[in-house]
Amino acid sequence: MFSMPKKDAITFALFAIVVLSMPIWLSPFGASYPGLLQKFAIYALLAVGYNILFGLTGYLSFGHAAFLGVGSYAAVWSFKLLSMNPILAIAFAMVFSGIFALAIGYVSLRRSGIYFSILTLAFAQMSYKLAYSVLSPITHGENGLQLTLQDPRVIDLMFMERGVSLPTSSLFGIPMNGYEGFYFCAVILLIGFFIAQKITSSPFGMMLKGIKSNEDRMNYTGFNTKPYMLTAFVISGIYAGIAGGLLSVTDPLAGAERMQWTASGELVLMTILGGVGTLIGPVIGAWIIKYFENIFSAWNESILHNVFAFLPDNVEGIVVLISSKFVGEGWHLTLGLMFVLVVVFLPGGIMEGVRRIASWFSRRKDPTKDQEVTDPENMPKPSSKKGE
Amino acid sequence: MDAVILQVLNGLDKGGAYALIALGLTLVFGTLGVVNFAHGALFMIGAFCAVTFRKILTLEQVVLSETELSPWGTPLEIRTPFAQQWFGDFGNVLIDYSVPLSILLAIPVMLLIGIVMERGLIKHFYKRPHAEQILVTFGLAIVLQEIVKAFFGANPNPQPIPQVFLGAADLGAMVGMAEHVITYPKWRLVYLFFSLGVVAAVFAFLRFTTFGMVVRAGMSDRETVSMLGINIDKRFTIMFGIAAIVAGVAGVMYTPILPPDYTLGMDFLVLTFIVVVVGGMGSLPGAVLAGFTLGVVQSLASMTQVKDIIPGIDQIIIYLVAVVILLVRPRGLLGKRGVMEN
Repeated sequence: MFSMPKKDAITFALFAIVVLSMPIWLSPFGASYPGLLQKFAIYALLAVGYNILFGLTGYLSFGHAAFLGVGSYAAVWSFKLLSMNPILAIAFAMVFSGIFALAIGYVSLRRSGIYFSILTLAFAQMSYKLAYSVLSPITHGENGLQLTLQDPRVIDLMFMERGVSLPTSSLFGIPMNGYEGFYFCAVILLIGFFIAQKITSSPFGMMLKGIKSNEDRMNYTGFNTKPYMLTAFVISGIYAGIAGGLLSVTDPLAGAERMQWTASGELVLMTILGGVGTLIGPVIGAWIIKYFENIFSAWNESILHNVFAFLPDNVEGIVVLISSKFVGEGWHLTLGLMFVLVVVFLPGGIMEGVRRIASWFSRRKDPTKDQEVTDPENMPKPSSKKGE
Repeated sequence: MDAVILQVLNGLDKGGAYALIALGLTLVFGTLGVVNFAHGALFMIGAFCAVTFRKILTLEQVVLSETELSPWGTPLEIRTPFAQQWFGDFGNVLIDYSVPLSILLAIPVMLLIGIVMERGLIKHFYKRPHAEQILVTFGLAIVLQEIVKAFFGANPNPQPIPQVFLGAADLGAMVGMAEHVITYPKWRLVYLFFSLGVVAAVFAFLRFTTFGMVVRAGMSDRETVSMLGINIDKRFTIMFGIAAIVAGVAGVMYTPILPPDYTLGMDFLVLTFIVVVVGGMGSLPGAVLAGFTLGVVQSLASMTQVKDIIPGIDQIIIYLVAVVILLVRPRGLLGKRGVMEN
């Protein structure tokens, strides 16, 4: 079960090193604080799971935020009713998001293409609206579901006294809100990544890719594609549920806005930005978007003045004025522009960009090396120009 | 019974907005085959045309009064809008009617935005899969939304109703029922008739003009039309502009009902997509019918009597209808056989 091709093993090892050393190599970027690191790991997991559905089968779901939300609520309820142990909470999140995904997937997968997207969107919006209104006893509506001092916490209270302050989630005594929390999320991310790798290279994964390239042909050759699709949908829903559970583990507060369709939209952005269908791509996309969201949005004009201080004064004023529209409050503008540019010029996302650069370098070693390399006109260009 | 009639009326004006946006969305899909997620943003931009127009009209000249003092002792500021200074009473009328008048601003602006959008970006996506069209227009919608936010801020900008249309009309009394039973805000009535008028205009345009005939021909068989030597692309681009205008004027007239802020487009987008799907992708009458129907259904579901039976139904009814329609009749209410049916 744990044997894998050498290439995959190397990818996994590199990925593990990169993830686990994040607190070190992110500190020059000012992103090395636990709250953001946890988000990096959690949203990477979410994107990896989403990619199992969208990347492998090509079905564009606009409803994954619902599973994220269900996972969050399930985890917080597990904290409230049973124990502050994160593993129990994650298990709860998996079960509930899995059931939820099974139900939604069973109905939605009766249609494909844009109708599938609209169906998932409709279900997610229904969950969001209900979480705000009728289901308030479960979700606590706009206030969000949070821990209180009167929670039963049956299992925990068997072993210890009720404290005077709100408890935090802890794994057998290790608190889950600092770097320890990040490593807990990171380990789960690595497990998730490993499973995704396994799925991609398994016969099941091949089947999903077959569905993406031509579902009709798969049907004609005698495969009933629906069970495969449903399995993929549920697996990726469970990934989203775990991510939601982890969000609650690191910060035990679940709100309905996590289920809104724009949250699903953000997830799609992450996957596309990084590169659909690749394993690493969605992770990179998630990191970039979360980095922008947390770091870029905190920039303001005074920081920009420092950045552009080397420019002449009047030029600096103009540059700061223009660029201030793209940071801080306006970081969504940057995000939208970046996204449009990626879809137009690099439909494969950042991973395709990396591939193009790699092929550019490998062609430099061609026998036609005696050409003047500094002349851009004579450089062999990557020919895979899409979208024309 | 009275309550039901009132709710139907309430639903109709909301349905008018749905129908207009869905109509534009369907025009774009039917002609260019593009799923345009940025259409809600066009509605929002239209609404902000009204905001801008009013801002321009109410630019004020501030004069410090020499004799009068304000309550805190400084010279009183006398503010007079330039429009009033230049045109006298007519200027005041202009300001009063700023919302309907801003349609005059919205039409050229929306046409321009629509054509630029189509030629600049969407042109490149005809042959790409629907998923990529959704993604690029979704990105575009974010960009447009953020640009508007950068200029107008994040707060809603309420727009006044012209004096004449303030208050409510006693519809019940007009048709011989008891007084004060069915009263309805006049402006919403205006909106209802306005949206019906725009729908009629679009249909008449497609039905009775040569241009419209060519466009309809192109919708059913693009290749043959272009082989006959007609530049169908150019006409489709203009149709995109017209779709943008329809969304824009719908936004302009909706501003007194709902103060626009920059998220307005996204709020309407999901709903109108559902309207389009329920009506049938590519079917113009379907979009209009579904728009009004869903508007009415939504407001009927928000009656307390209904909510008592099924709590929370008003929140989800539209999505529920969409799910049922998609599962039972995937080509929608009036969709053509074979157009995106699976």
